[in-house]
Amino acid sequence: MIHSRRSFIKAAGVSVLAIGAAPAIKAVAASGSGAASLPSKTRRPEAFSAKRWGMAIDCRRMNGDIAGNIVKACRKANNVPDFSHKPDEDKYPGLRPPKKDQELKWIWEESYHHAFPEMEDEFLADKFKSMPFLVTCNHCKNAPCVQACPTRATFKREDGVVMMDFHRCIGCRFCMAACPFGARSFNFRDPKPFIPEINPDFPTRSKGVVEKCNLCAGRLAKGLQPACVEASEGTIVVGDLEDPGSEIRALLKENYAIRRKQELGTEPSVYYIM
Amino acid sequence: MSKNAIIAGLVVFVATALFPFWFNIGGSNAAPEIELSERAKAARYCVLEKYDMRAEHMSLLDEWRDSVVRDADRLYKGTNGKSFNMSLSTGEDSCLGCHTDKEKFCDRCHNFVSVAPYCWECHTTPEEVTR
Ligand code: HEC
Ligand code: HEC
Ligand code: HEC
Repeated sequence: MIHSRRSFIKAAGVSVLAIGAAPAIKAVAASGSGAASLPSKTRRPEAFSAKRWGMAIDCRRMNGDIAGNIVKACRKANNVPDFSHKPDEDKYPGLRPPKKDQELKWIWEESYHHAFPEMEDEFLADKFKSMPFLVTCNHCKNAPCVQACPTRATFKREDGVVMMDFHRCIGCRFCMAACPFGARSFNFRDPKPFIPEINPDFPTRSKGVVEKCNLCAGRLAKGLQPACVEASEGTIVVGDLEDPGSEIRALLKENYAIRRKQELGTEPSVYYIM
Repeated sequence: MSKNAIIAGLVVFVATALFPFWFNIGGSNAAPEIELSERAKAARYCVLEKYDMRAEHMSLLDEWRDSVVRDADRLYKGTNGKSFNMSLSTGEDSCLGCHTDKEKFCDRCHNFVSVAPYCWECHTTPEEVTR
């Protein structure tokens, strides 16, 4: 067989083409089979999402019974210990009694004069004096706790929720000093003995970490409303503050609402409809 | 002249240096038998291949918790085409949801290699809850 220069160049050209086409052919073949693709991490399709989550509490319809149920529902959903619960003697023998001032709170009742101290007035309408005001983490737009945290255990999620990564919390409590709302509690002891019934859907905490409301991030991710909203008989609405069409925006548009310690400039996302 | 002393010294030295080896002779070092739960047996697949799981489950869990807590992404689709709700112990497709008997699976292996993950200070095992 005689090899001319011409046939050599032809063969070389075809080979180069074949080598060049290989990645494209492989890509087409792979997209056909699909099984061996890279792992992916995504939201669940049923997850609720928002640009900035906020909460509106309708104080006009709030009463002691509803507030009590809300606090209870929150404790249950998030395994927040209840210091009035008597620990099981067999399981946890010889525990020292809990200290009231070391209580753990995600959402709790306050009087007007504790919730809105700067708005105290000599001639405050009587009805406000007896009303229960539910207070919790305000998921501030400019959250001072986020800035104070040295490990970024407390951080602001893109959707406005001020979250805690318990895995990173070193228990330094700078965030507690930074929060003007006292919304954070420290675990001075193992909380488990004081949880009446452990909810298997959410982890507990250990001695030495700080905790606070996380707007039931785990429930939102499953397409469920936060536990407080569910128990609130319509007195708490959680929704997207940046969406003009949302229920919470409609409520705020039509009613007079205040926020706690607005003058500090932290921009709380919890509104109280008066 | 001090030949005997030197040899005796050498013998003592060699014996001491090899202490870890002769001390373990005769001891049983067999890896523990880990037991797959009925549910895992029925499922037949894990998140990654078996050997990858053995070697990588700690970093996989680390990735999972960052993804869930920090990025709010909770659904994992593996290379084997299966989806998992990324969780250590909540839900049926979490690690403990499938490996239901922690003592006979995770703990047996961990005890053998002397690791004691601190996760259980907070995360609950299904038995603990029903107990
Ligand atoms: C749907 C059920 C299922 C889930 C969920 C699951 N596994 Fe597995 N896992 C299995 C099965 C089945 C095997 C055995 C695979 C085999 O033999 O090929 C296995 C194997 C393993 C092994 C290797 C055991 C060995 O023999 O060395 C480890 C380690 C492991 N799993 C840890 C985990 C962890 C950690 C998680 C959570 C991130 C998890 N598994 C989630 C079913 C599951
Ligand atoms: C085949 C043996 C084996 C099994 C089964 C196994 N592990 Fe492990 N695991 C190890 C080893 C070995 C290490 C230590 C790796 C290291 O230190 O690099 C480890 C480490 C870990 C760590 C990290 C601990 C730390 O302190 O950093 C976690 C978390 C963990 N395992 C979870 C699990 C869970 C959950 C299961 C059961 C679903 C499980 N493992 C089953 C062998 C096993
Ligand atoms: C101080 C308590 C604490 C400790 C210790 C802890 N976790 Fe968590 N972990 C949590 C909390 C609280 C969440 C939040 C769950 C959520 O938002 O749904 C979580 C979430 C997770 C998640 C994702 C969601 C889920 O339900 O599992 C993974 C995975 C996880 N942790 C793994 C680990 C591993 C692995 C360890 C041990 C090396 C560990 N965690 C130790 C408290 C803890």
